[in-house]
Amino acid sequence: MRTAHLAVEVSGFGRHPEAWRVAGVPRQALLTPAHHIGTAQLAAQAGADFLALPDSFDPDSLLDAVAIAARVAPVVPGIGLVPMATTTHTEPFHLSKAIATLDLVSSGRAGWEAAVSRTPEEAAQFGRKPAAPAADLWREAAEAIEVVVALWDSWEDDAVIRDVPTGRYVDRDKLHYIDHVGEFFSVKGPSMTPRSPQAHPLVVVREEPESLAVAARWADVVRIAAPDLGAAHAARERIRAAVADAGRDPDDVAVLLDVEVLLDADETAARRAYDDLGEHPAQTLRVVGGPDEFVAVLGERAVDGVTAVPLALPGGLRVLADEVAPRLLAAGLRVPADPTATLRGRFGLSRPANRFSGV
Amino acid sequence: MAKKQIHLAAHFPGVNNTTVWSDPESGSQTDFASFVAFAQNAERGLFDFLFLAEGLRLREHQGRIHDLDVVGRPDTFTVLNAIAAVTTHLGLGGTINTTFNEPWELAKQFASLDHLSGGRAAWNLVTSSDAFTGENFRRGGFLRPEQRYDRAQQMLDAARELWLSDGAPIDHHSDQFDMVGRFPIPPTPQGHPVLIQSGDSDAGREFGAKTADAIFSRHGSLESGQEFFADLKGRMGKYGRRPEEITILPATTFALGDTEAEAQENGHRIREAQVSPQTAIAFLEQVWGRDLSAHDPDGPLPDVDPDPGAEITRGRVRHEKDPVAVANRWRELAEAKGGLSIRELIIETTARQSFVGTPRQVAQQMDAYVQADASDGFILVPHLTPGGLDEFVEKVVPELQDLGSYRTEYTGPTLRDHLGLQKPS
Repeated sequence: MRTAHLAVEVSGFGRHPEAWRVAGVPRQALLTPAHHIGTAQLAAQAGADFLALPDSFDPDSLLDAVAIAARVAPVVPGIGLVPMATTTHTEPFHLSKAIATLDLVSSGRAGWEAAVSRTPEEAAQFGRKPAAPAADLWREAAEAIEVVVALWDSWEDDAVIRDVPTGRYVDRDKLHYIDHVGEFFSVKGPSMTPRSPQAHPLVVVREEPESLAVAARWADVVRIAAPDLGAAHAARERIRAAVADAGRDPDDVAVLLDVEVLLDADETAARRAYDDLGEHPAQTLRVVGGPDEFVAVLGERAVDGVTAVPLALPGGLRVLADEVAPRLLAAGLRVPADPTATLRGRFGLSRPANRFSGV
Repeated sequence: MAKKQIHLAAHFPGVNNTTVWSDPESGSQTDFASFVAFAQNAERGLFDFLFLAEGLRLREHQGRIHDLDVVGRPDTFTVLNAIAAVTTHLGLGGTINTTFNEPWELAKQFASLDHLSGGRAAWNLVTSSDAFTGENFRRGGFLRPEQRYDRAQQMLDAARELWLSDGAPIDHHSDQFDMVGRFPIPPTPQGHPVLIQSGDSDAGREFGAKTADAIFSRHGSLESGQEFFADLKGRMGKYGRRPEEITILPATTFALGDTEAEAQENGHRIREAQVSPQTAIAFLEQVWGRDLSAHDPDGPLPDVDPDPGAEITRGRVRHEKDPVAVANRWRELAEAKGGLSIRELIIETTARQSFVGTPRQVAQQMDAYVQADASDGFILVPHLTPGGLDEFVEKVVPELQDLGSYRTEYTGPTLRDHLGLQKPS
């Protein structure tokens, strides 16, 4: 039986809008590397497969998520790093080499959550085009991902030959123009950055009605939000069907349910902490309580795993590390992580063959 | 009065024939371990900063990817943020093109690097109008050459407005950019990143005098260094700036030895490695604009004249405007030197170390150069990745310190501190 996946998403001081009040440190702390290293270490101690770092061009965003992931990677081993990067106002050529480089500096622990920038505010900051309907944005995102992945393949693994007698550093036959011409982009290639340790860093997409086709075609991990496990299970079935329709093996795609958490070893303390924060509508299943309540969510096996989203930091990350992780192991829901595994390896995915090989 | 202090920066060796990949000690230019080794050594040497060049399209020669030099490099921002994790004082400079980026995104990326490194970021602004490079970007190579510095200036003005806005609303409109919104990132530890510029044209010098904190120059000789130094610092007054607000750093190479003779020998060995027989022919083809693969690199220069209209190499900055004149000059030089072969001629004209000698001699030469106001220091371009700086840091840095021209410890945490610069306002 397959074990469950566990991810952690950290944004600001937590998802709850009042989280900054209980943080005990000023908002400025979010600008320091110490803060991000600290949360990444806690997530790694919890045995999480990856740390998800949301980002956007919204006025309430802060530092660039790829930058945070790169800053954390050399000093926090043993956890995947999945920054969000949007495709609406950015160049796929830049995105492709940024994520490939994150894979280089993390020795194969990089992922990319592909997302769109949907607000008129974000569009106005760039001033190049108006905000578009979600369907258009995701069509553009699909093409951007296609370009990014093609660029990841544009170097074969053994392109560098260092052949002194002929004076050739590379075998140019193993570097490939992608010659992409589509609705939104035309990109010649090859990438500047050689093929990275995982070849294709893990691609993560959040499910929404307009993104389902993109997820089915490109995602290794689909994140979902659902109010309960029944709805989550239905979403998983829907996604697996779409993946199969797209000609891929549904077992190659993990569906992870977002679970908002505020955990404490002592259940009552967790509820009290939540009362201090104040009521805030849940965006997905929420667990405010003790470690067993969180373990029970994974135990139901309604989905392939869970992304814990703390409502407020530390918000139970310490409990996740100290209390939840050992219980998951004991229950056979998780196995000890191999610290040398790539992020793809953690998801049971092999290193993809290069589409250009032998062409 | 204390001696003028030398500033040192280091270029991580990459894509160029000057990087000797054929040396058995040459490592990977993309493995993170190489960046860690190089950066930590530069920091041991108390360098102001390291800097990464950028390429946005692989170079081509005769319509095919140029395969004789190191090819490929990681993304600038990502690798600099990772280097920030393994260093504590070293400045982190990245070349980022103003043509294929948007100010909001770029300002966010640099502000993030400056925050996450505790104030060590620097931006080397470069421009490109090149449709060849533009083929990798959705807006293509739309920029006319004469607009390059216009866009660069507008990009910088826009980025600076974002960096210093401190939450105030932005309503910025120029020829190139329209930005309305509120930049979410507070001013960085340095106020904003240090600005580096390297254009040498008149427009480039004006842009530098007006905006740059540091200048990369190509002026290696004492006389041309002094001319450039005086010219550039002389232009600053009209922008209300003092000469010491810019640090001028020519790109410099070096060859060391325990004796002068050994240093000369090392220098010669490096030059030969930088110009393989195939590279010599490729260089010649760039000037001649023709396929010269049938020529013997150890033989004489071709009898035929260059094809002046040919654009045989792409993705590389061309410094020569009149190929026939270059060919004639090279023929005269080859003859004057007793009949140089193609390869010898290319070595003679392209690959020359600026400073050659024992560590003491090199330190003295560099010191004399800086004290004579030919520059404020140097950007070292070693020929080996990642160990090309090791011998310099180990042997030359102590000599510079002994001469009283180089710091013995970092005096502040930020790159502005290293360069003696105030926070912008």
